[in-house]
Amino acid sequence: MEPKELLRLYHEMVLVRRVEERAAELYQQGKIGGFLHLYIGQEAIGTGLISARRPEDRVITAYRDHGIAISCGMSAKAVMAELLGKVTGCSKGMGGSMHLADVNLNFWGGHAIVGAHLPLASGLALADKYRGSDAATICLFGDGATNIGYFHEALNLSKVWSLPVLWVCENNQYGMGTAVERASAVSEIRQKAEGYGMPNARVDGMDVLAVRQAADEALARVRSGGPFLLEAITYRFRGHSMGDPERYRGSDEVRRWQEDDPIGIFRRAILERGAHDEAALDAEERAVDQEVQEAVAFAEQSPNPGPELLFGTEFVDGVR
Amino acid sequence: MAIITMREAISQALWEEMERDERVFILGEEVGVWGGTYAVTKGFFDRFGAERVRDTPIAEGVIIGAANGAAMAGLKPVAELMTINFAFMAMDQIVNHSAKLRAMFGGQFTVPIVIRAVSGGGRQLGATHSQTPDVIFAHFPGLKVIAPGTPHDAKGLLKAAIRGQDPVLFIEHATLYQTRGEVPEEEVLEPIGVSKVQRPGRDVTIVSYSKMLQVSLQAAERLAQEGIEAEVIDLRTLRPLDMEPVIESFKRTNRAVIAEEGWRSYGIGAEVSARIYEAALDYVDAPIQRVAQKEVPLPYNRELEQMALPQVEDVIQAVREVL
Repeated sequence: MEPKELLRLYHEMVLVRRVEERAAELYQQGKIGGFLHLYIGQEAIGTGLISARRPEDRVITAYRDHGIAISCGMSAKAVMAELLGKVTGCSKGMGGSMHLADVNLNFWGGHAIVGAHLPLASGLALADKYRGSDAATICLFGDGATNIGYFHEALNLSKVWSLPVLWVCENNQYGMGTAVERASAVSEIRQKAEGYGMPNARVDGMDVLAVRQAADEALARVRSGGPFLLEAITYRFRGHSMGDPERYRGSDEVRRWQEDDPIGIFRRAILERGAHDEAALDAEERAVDQEVQEAVAFAEQSPNPGPELLFGTEFVDGVR
Repeated sequence: MAIITMREAISQALWEEMERDERVFILGEEVGVWGGTYAVTKGFFDRFGAERVRDTPIAEGVIIGAANGAAMAGLKPVAELMTINFAFMAMDQIVNHSAKLRAMFGGQFTVPIVIRAVSGGGRQLGATHSQTPDVIFAHFPGLKVIAPGTPHDAKGLLKAAIRGQDPVLFIEHATLYQTRGEVPEEEVLEPIGVSKVQRPGRDVTIVSYSKMLQVSLQAAERLAQEGIEAEVIDLRTLRPLDMEPVIESFKRTNRAVIAEEGWRSYGIGAEVSARIYEAALDYVDAPIQRVAQKEVPLPYNRELEQMALPQVEDVIQAVREVL
């Protein structure tokens, strides 16, 4: 990978981290409402995966979506403004944290019903296949989503119709507070693809370069032969959402995983390759801090959506 | 003007729109090789091929979900649910996705999906296959719900639904497929969200839709023999609900009966009568009557099933109550 691309990805991962750290503070100040699910610890997956896509490839994910949005090219301003419910947010303040999206970035959301966006992904991919495009749809979901009917209906259909979907399970060890082995008959999620005769792989989700390589290989398979399931092993460093008492795991376990911080791993890799020095990476982090500061200011100064949005988005076609 | 069945009218609408727009495709259980379990898509597979007439697994969640996704991406899916009772298997996709994807993302997504579903009792299919739960779906903002009662309206409204940009649930009554009616040879397009006077009258207003429209028209015919002229209004669309012709009629007749096949509690009758009272209380000459299904799960036994379903006599009796 070119040094310039390495630096871009480093910037992106740090940006995701800093946006979320700032979002957590704003949540505690009561400026962000509803639920807030942080991606902290999992950034390498979104960054590595989406760096492998072509512009025509679609991306769709679940509610832990801030990092995915940014990796798809969404500005920190558009993310932050949506979190604060402002009209300048990507969804005009109508969706909030769990419903980020930008059609122009080929980012199809941010979906908050566990598993429900997997059928949507099948449909997005069907549209591309129908039109004869070789675009792929990348669909991310958590380990928890693999126990619901939707997962099985969507994987089955994608195989039967040979739809160009890259299914990506972000296995962060817990569906809310229930450990994978307490909720899933097989704890190695990729095995579930075997039931559908679907090629699959497992990758270290804390290593952005490993994710990138796995994504490149998987996307090539998808474009030539239909669906593929990639399981990325990861860990969320924060609770399921902001209100999580985290009684289901010990602080030792969290600390052990934090030693494998994906940003730290990537930083070491960049330095070991000699692609950039400490000073360059530090400068990038300062640039990120500036970007986040500007995003928060932008969001706070932005206006709220008006009643024309409340009453103006139900239908496209006027009645009568 | 040709006389055709409801089945033919719906089939023609689908055929014509598929000929007209390559983005339109059909998916569902047995829509292709089989030709549709109610034979609506007979011949489509041979004409349009497997890409545009897609047989699916029996998996309603992903049928509607994939249709939603394809619609978001710019296609115009027509998803068939063999019966509306199976819509409960896809309830999350219908109410949490079809109906909400547009508003929830600030208007950046459009979801031009048409879900065709077969509703209604009277075919001895037992309690889970005989429901008329139309009103449940009309509860949710963001979803248009159409339930035609004549071949003409079925054709015109289905074509309008397919051409539109909004998610539509198009409800076909299982026992209306053989109902005949006049449909013009030329293009038929009917506006969504507009109620229609199907029979003019001066003495009482009967408000109905779908199967109960036909039942109400029969009741009106019999009442006419006694010199009672009932005005029969067909809602046609349950959401958005057009009350204008109803209120206009009620202000002339001062009496109303609302006839639906679903259960009375929280039903169409409750909604429509409340709106009449809100808009025209000063015009009320008699308490509004509601005709509906008995509040039981429908039995298999033919006589008991018919006992539970609203009949022509029930509508006539309700009219007598308000006169």
